Amino acid sequence: MILDMLVSAFGQGFIYAPMALGVFISFGILKTPDLSVEGSFVFGMTVCAQTAILGHPVAGLFAGMFAGALAGACTGLLQTKLRIEAILSGILTMTGLYTVNYTMLGGQSNRYLQRMSLNDLGVEVPSPVRTVYKLFQSALGGSLDSSLSACLLTGIIAALTAAVLILFLRTRRGMAIIATGDNEEMVRSSSINADLARVGGIMIANALVGLSGALLCQYQQYADLNCGTGMMVMGLASVVIGTTIFGRHSVTQQVLAAGAGSLIYRCIIQAAYKIDLPSYSVKLLSVLIVIAALAVPVVTQRRKSVTGQRGQKGGGQV
Amino acid sequence: MSSALRLENVVRIFEPGTVNEKVALDHLDLSVSAGEFVTVLGSNGSGKSTMFNIILGSMFPDEGRVILGDRDITRMKDYRRAYDIGCLYQNPLRGTAPNLTLEENLALAYTRKASPSFFALNRKDSAYFKEVLSSLGMGLEDRMKTKMGLLSGGQRQAASLIMATIAEPELLLLDEHTAALDPGAAEKVMELTKKIVEEKKITTLMVTHDMDYALEYGTRTILLDSGKIRMDLCGEERAAMTPGQLAEIFYSRTRRRGSR
Repeated sequence: MILDMLVSAFGQGFIYAPMALGVFISFGILKTPDLSVEGSFVFGMTVCAQTAILGHPVAGLFAGMFAGALAGACTGLLQTKLRIEAILSGILTMTGLYTVNYTMLGGQSNRYLQRMSLNDLGVEVPSPVRTVYKLFQSALGGSLDSSLSACLLTGIIAALTAAVLILFLRTRRGMAIIATGDNEEMVRSSSINADLARVGGIMIANALVGLSGALLCQYQQYADLNCGTGMMVMGLASVVIGTTIFGRHSVTQQVLAAGAGSLIYRCIIQAAYKIDLPSYSVKLLSVLIVIAALAVPVVTQRRKSVTGQRGQKGGGQV
Repeated sequence: MSSALRLENVVRIFEPGTVNEKVALDHLDLSVSAGEFVTVLGSNGSGKSTMFNIILGSMFPDEGRVILGDRDITRMKDYRRAYDIGCLYQNPLRGTAPNLTLEENLALAYTRKASPSFFALNRKDSAYFKEVLSSLGMGLEDRMKTKMGLLSGGQRQAASLIMATIAEPELLLLDEHTAALDPGAAEKVMELTKKIVEEKKITTLMVTHDMDYALEYGTRTILLDSGKIRMDLCGEERAAMTPGQLAEIFYSRTRRRGSR
């Protein structure tokens, strides 16, 4: 029972882990709020859906990432070339993507991953298309049940993504992105194109978000335009949970913390369902988690300074 | 001698055509020879910062040309010309990334001239950084893994100096880079500046408000006011000058804004 819940929570957590890494890049590294996440998540989803329906589930994951990167490039160019504020750039991309996503789904607000085919009686019926999850399960010879094999596959993909990201952030280009978030002027005076680093960072962030969208699409076997709403806050919740628990000493640690945060966040959501909270409570719950996690350092800091002052006064009296 | 930096007839006017019109640089001509170390004097609003901004490319001139070596860089993007120009500001925070370690900061600054490598931090470069840092004699070589933000102002400015010069630029601009430091640290950073500039033979412009520094360091002193050069001192004339005399010239040739 508990195990089933954990498998389900971790399965979901792994799906959203790349998104948490993406939100960490825009929020934690570049220190800019990137609202295009909500659009690029769905963009990754719809592009992946179309690719999977055409019969290419694996390519669908890459297509989803590419779509996210494209959305990120759009936001990044608005920010750097047109000097539009980060928040507005994100909102513009997100809003524009709504139309694009609607079009991608053929003018519907959702679409199942299925294709019309003839059955034995020669009647045209919809049949589900192949997904990476089905391919993986059959590759394992059906030795694992579907939720466990799905959890395993997503876990592998999430771990690979995190590993590649960690390695990338240690390269010269990766470090240029980190430094751009820290002090853009210093990057420019080191003769590095800071605008390019910023656009690159936002592209990578949204590519990761697009990957999450693509994974979710294949996992639930349908794409839905409403899936993106509140994604940024969920990603942020994962990041702040992770970094609050596991610390933020190095970038590598923070990447791992963001991924782990995604798992913990999903466990919390599962627990909420378990105590019969309705599914629509998730958004408010996420907001409360973010506020609570952000409040922890502020409150402890305040308490420390208060007790510190008291301590000094006490010392003076003695 | 060939000139390393030439400003030709540079004009920059802020808010032209309005009541607030301000001529920051007024047909400024300046030629600096290779290896020269020029100290720049001037009161606030004399055009020093505008001149630096135009050399660095964070601002473009309305008229005139900027020539570095034999290249016209008047319209070149700031980060591109940074390949050959190092810069140090008054605020030690400006030139460094506080959340990155000292080593990472150096690696970034060195990126433009480093040999290609997959990772930004690698043994070869680190050994070189360690060697350079230990030549400062400040113990910074043992703090390479420390976040830049945790170093003191003096240490940070010394590190910034290394960052600005590690890629061996053709030109180094120093904008009152010791003004925010305590006297001891300021002295130390000035000594290091002199040593590095002389060793690497970097053409240097240094803004200062200190008459002693203006004569003690460098090979030439210029005075800027209302966007023009009002005094250009070098050779024996400069050697014979005392800080007191220089201060007199400074006050006589500088527009008094308070009395207007």
